[in-house]
Amino acid sequence: MLRTARLIAAKDLRLELNSRVTAFQVLPFAVLLVVLFAFAFDADAKVLIPAAPGLFWIAVLLSLFLAVGRMFMTETADGALDALRLSSLDPAGIFLGKAVALLLELLLLEVVLLAGVLVLYDVSVPASGVVLLVTTAFATSVGLVATGTLYGVLSAGTTVRETLLPLLIGPVVAPLLIGASRAFEAALGTRRGLDGSVVVKVSEGWPWAGLLTVFALVYVAAGLLAFGALLEDA
Amino acid sequence: MEPVVHFSEAVAVHGRFPVLTGASLTVNPCEIVLLRGPNGAGKTSLLRACAGLLPVVQGIANVLGVDLTQDRKAVRARVGLLSHANGLYDDLTVTENVRFWGQTAGASDAEVKAALAELGLSGRLATVKVVKLSAGQRRRTALATVLARRPELWLLDEPHAGLDGDGRDLIDDVLRRAAAAGATILFASHELDRAEPLATRVVRIDAGRVVQPTC
Amino acid sequence: MNESNVLHTGTRGSRIIGILALIGLAWMVVFGLLISPPDEVQGDNVRYLYLHVPAAFLTFTAFGITAVSSILYLWKRTRSLTWDRIAGCSAEIGVVLTAVTLATGMLWGKLSWGVYWRWDALLTSTALLLVMFIGYLALRGLEASPEVRARRCAIVGIIAFLDVPLIHFSVNWWRTLHQPASIGPRKTTFDGPMLLSFFVSLVAFVLVYIWLMMHRNRLAMMEQAMDDHGLQMAIAERHAEAIA
Repeated sequence: MLRTARLIAAKDLRLELNSRVTAFQVLPFAVLLVVLFAFAFDADAKVLIPAAPGLFWIAVLLSLFLAVGRMFMTETADGALDALRLSSLDPAGIFLGKAVALLLELLLLEVVLLAGVLVLYDVSVPASGVVLLVTTAFATSVGLVATGTLYGVLSAGTTVRETLLPLLIGPVVAPLLIGASRAFEAALGTRRGLDGSVVVKVSEGWPWAGLLTVFALVYVAAGLLAFGALLEDA
Repeated sequence: MEPVVHFSEAVAVHGRFPVLTGASLTVNPCEIVLLRGPNGAGKTSLLRACAGLLPVVQGIANVLGVDLTQDRKAVRARVGLLSHANGLYDDLTVTENVRFWGQTAGASDAEVKAALAELGLSGRLATVKVVKLSAGQRRRTALATVLARRPELWLLDEPHAGLDGDGRDLIDDVLRRAAAAGATILFASHELDRAEPLATRVVRIDAGRVVQPTC
Repeated sequence: MNESNVLHTGTRGSRIIGILALIGLAWMVVFGLLISPPDEVQGDNVRYLYLHVPAAFLTFTAFGITAVSSILYLWKRTRSLTWDRIAGCSAEIGVVLTAVTLATGMLWGKLSWGVYWRWDALLTSTALLLVMFIGYLALRGLEASPEVRARRCAIVGIIAFLDVPLIHFSVNWWRTLHQPASIGPRKTTFDGPMLLSFFVSLVAFVLVYIWLMMHRNRLAMMEQAMDDHGLQMAIAERHAEAIA
């Protein structure tokens, strides 16, 4: 299984390296969202700063839809998915490989996106929040890519891929979004009282990070179990 | 010797559409069998059924000793299918594609290089992205991915499609060499003037039935 | 049940259930609107609950049946397209029930809390459950062979249902973490005629669900039979083509 995963992940990452679609199309889209949100909220710092954690994760989620769609489009464009089925590689390994490749792409996107949010919304990262921030981002991203890869292969074989994928993924990852937004809020100290003091402290974010880790593991387990069946039917 | 493919009145469905309605066919080792018939006759379906991708719901269907009605997944690793689509990744180079697909079957770097050489893809073309290739060059690349996996049974759907005269000669040489080395080849083609000299036997299929297993 | 023998969606059994369901609904109206008293605290608003609570209960039951049927389909020993059919039918009815649950809940909420919506765990979970099963039905509507469709939908259905506790838990945590425990209205105690009204409503809803399931199931069986028949005809036609 691990050998398969390495093979698949290497292939998907090489594809990204050669085409640079995630870097030069999905990532700019994510940053664009951050700008559009500012328009939506009238660039009002009183609204943007408390909303920043949530807006960040919405941008990540929408980018995930694009990235997953792109990943499976390369598989179905010339019948490669068929050939993957024929290769009788371990499906769990294929799932793992694709999820890892997607994870690396997403994490890179999040780093740049976070920089964008910090700059555009005038938010800063307190030193005490960095570990929480990184842990949260990692755990949430694992859960997101697991769900994305699983539903991605399901919708890959359909004619309604682009519209079905968000509808399936969205509700299922809602717990991740709730947890990640709250944890980021704690890590960044963006919720402040009327006197400007931080109302939600870093320590309050750790239970959320713990919850996210548990969820992430659950989603990965589900993906490992179900991917083979969905690949076969794609 | 055990036949490589043995179908008897096999019925296969694609969704709710019956694509094979009683296919009977025997292919022996090292044969190069041509499958011919009009469009929609079921040539592609028969190839896919042999590859274990299409479920056979009635009749007998054995490939390489595997009963396809029981466990069609078991045969997949041992066959090489070249379908209408090429199964290539547009943004990878020729070498990257052949290497990836070769490695899924455990091929070594040497075997990958050999496959590229045999299909005339070692020179300038080796580092070109597939998206930039002509249809014929893509077909050769796709065949190289099959060659790199060294399957026991080759299933080819219109292998000559999109190729010029030289390309077709190249493919014919590759297939003859593979058969001589012990592989069995079943291929579908419309281009009879090219296909018939290559084949050791011709089989006709029409409306999902094999009508004339000529010898 | 042999699919090819189904000619009508109604049977003697479903007619009996249907009549009982109508009686149950009538009883529910009488009890809910007339016989049971208005609540001390909520007044007449409580009557919405006679619809809302049973509907909510049935919603989760319906989707639970979908999830369990999906598991039974996926498990090799009990694999049968019957389970897939039941899963699909229950999901369709479930979606309608969810809409009723949310609508009555929102109307009750407007009268009791002053707002149509509150981001609490129950409402949010129900809303997301609705979206997930709309997605499930969208998947069901796609062209695919029965086995492929069954397997895909089974997996999606199970994941959707199992996700609900996760959603419920997260939302609960989320909403209780910062808000000081809200001082709610004095709790309504349900007893006597009110409890009976609930019970009557519940029975009525269950009967309606069963009646709908019976009809929808038989309809699905007829669709399946048509499909199978069509396949046999197609095979025969192709046969004839070849021989000709």
